[in-house]
Amino acid sequence: MNLHEYQAKEILARYGVPVPPGKVAYTPDEAKRIAEELGKRVVIKAQVHVGGRGKAGGVKLADTPQEAYEKAQAILGMNIKGLTVKKVLVAEAVDIAKEYYAGLILDRAQKRVVLMLSKEGGVDIEEVAAERPEAIHKFWIDPHKGFRAFEAREMVKQAGLEGNLNKLAQVLVALYQAYEGVDASIAEINPLVVTTEGQIVAADAKIVLDDNALFRHPELMELREIEAEHPLEVEASNYGFAYVKLQGNIGIIGNGAGLVMYTLDLVNRVGGKPANFLDIGGGAKAEVVYNALKVVLKDPDVKGVFINIFGGITRADEVAKGVIRALEEGLLTKPVVMRVAGTAEEEAKKLLEGKPIYMYPTSLEAAKAIVAMVGGAA
Amino acid sequence: MILINRETRVLVQGITGREGQFHTRQMLEYGTKVVAGVTPGKGGSEVLGLPVYDTVKEAVAHHAIDASIIFVPAPAAADAALEAAHAGIPLIVLITEGIPTLDMVKAVEEIKALGSRLIGGNCPGIISAEESKIGIMPGHVFKRGKVGLISRSGTLTYEAAAALSQAGLGTTTTVGIGGDPVIGTTFKDLLPLFNQDPETEAVVLIGEIGGSDEEEAAAWIKENMKKPVVGFIGGRSAPKGKRMGHAGAIIMGNVGTPESKLKAFAEAGIPVADTIDEIVDLVKKALG
Repeated sequence: MNLHEYQAKEILARYGVPVPPGKVAYTPDEAKRIAEELGKRVVIKAQVHVGGRGKAGGVKLADTPQEAYEKAQAILGMNIKGLTVKKVLVAEAVDIAKEYYAGLILDRAQKRVVLMLSKEGGVDIEEVAAERPEAIHKFWIDPHKGFRAFEAREMVKQAGLEGNLNKLAQVLVALYQAYEGVDASIAEINPLVVTTEGQIVAADAKIVLDDNALFRHPELMELREIEAEHPLEVEASNYGFAYVKLQGNIGIIGNGAGLVMYTLDLVNRVGGKPANFLDIGGGAKAEVVYNALKVVLKDPDVKGVFINIFGGITRADEVAKGVIRALEEGLLTKPVVMRVAGTAEEEAKKLLEGKPIYMYPTSLEAAKAIVAMVGGAA
Repeated sequence: MILINRETRVLVQGITGREGQFHTRQMLEYGTKVVAGVTPGKGGSEVLGLPVYDTVKEAVAHHAIDASIIFVPAPAAADAALEAAHAGIPLIVLITEGIPTLDMVKAVEEIKALGSRLIGGNCPGIISAEESKIGIMPGHVFKRGKVGLISRSGTLTYEAAAALSQAGLGTTTTVGIGGDPVIGTTFKDLLPLFNQDPETEAVVLIGEIGGSDEEEAAAWIKENMKKPVVGFIGGRSAPKGKRMGHAGAIIMGNVGTPESKLKAFAEAGIPVADTIDEIVDLVKKALG
């Protein structure tokens, strides 16, 4: 789950990372009031779950409260990569002397959290990583010992950061404590600023939470913004489906993430475009399949559906029963192509005999058939 | 065969739960030597005629145990795996999906230090065809044969095993290593075992987008593998930054792309199948 910058900064501040004073505004009036309270030059920043908001014009400086009002007015309601800006962060502008990068992320290969530190902050770190990997210094944190102050100091020296050594190290230690404390999967300060007065502040921050650990953090679960997600993704998650909305017109339902991914690949290979990823999981009963069809067919983009089932623990006849229920209730307004194999395959085929469901013996043939029916990619 | 055979004695952690009971019955029917179960607070009871203990320590005091399979819910799953490792069980199969990543980071390191091998989490387990199943896969699709199978996926693995079986090639041992970002055992940890196994003539490696385990495996294969390997990559059409069902199946920035994996396979001379049926063709071709 992605957090907004202001939410990430609230968390970091709680763990002792200095952040510029600021508050969230939902209206230009609120932005003006916050700017008055701060009594200084402010920066107005769009709070949307998408990168590149600076380039899109979603970050502006304001010298006076009146200007804060105007800039907030310009940013609120702005569309950034398909998302409408509903709130802005109004924060004290910082006078930058140095901009650094500090980020924590899971290193899957090392199976440890890695701290990345660079003198080259304030820019896209992935570009730095691609062009000049030597500019990024890494430290893999022992999960049982945690990240200690001396290790942080050594990192600061190694990366060549200038500024108060102890304070910089404290920020890094606090960043790790926050990462562990909220079960993050990414925690990043970019830029980590040394101001002209020598203060160290997190001028921008990003935290992504580990969805698997949200049960431990009910207070963070409340930060989930349903309206920022695709309505079908919300509905699917209420049914417990792994569902991803995609850009095409062929609805995909399958059992098992690997099989569904494979089905998407096949449809693409034969010139079609999937409208979604939907995994009904293992051991699904008829009702689950029925619900999956409901979700997929609610998508106005969907012109046909491909159901791909390999019966293991999941019984193919249960899947067939779910499809038949949807059929009998008049839900199947679009062509449905199916391929079933494995456990209870024969029973499933018998149940579906004579029904207006197109059955194919292999995934590839079924993929070709559905693509032929709905037409290729638009 | 690697890791398990018909003699392997198995403990089931979380045996009294719905999943635990269902799959224990399935494993027993397959012929797996399940000897006992553990559920904290349910010690002294019986499930399917098997004794249930409160702790793994008690179970190992009463039984010789070679492997444990865990069906404990996600919040307690990493703890259950640690319990098994501390009790000295050498092989731990963690089925549970949805375990917090930092729990796994801690557990994986500690279990390794204790000298146990962890498979998973979020995995279908291990099956040595027609001998023993420590997992949740449908046993009947695995016919005994000559191909070793390692996979990050579940259902797709069953498909591949069924196709190999139908083609008369069959499988030796199949290991579902799991779809999470941090797992106990990766492709490259298992390849040396298949390399040494006299029964295994070829290995199929079913990878998917996310992480760099396939790249590491390819590098190892290039240097060390004596047997033909056939690859497969799932999620080749998946968009960047979207988690495709498995928590680990996500392309982050430039890491985990199908291009990188295909390139690594190509450099190691590993043929890559575009479809499941093609896996069979490529294995046949490799075996001559």
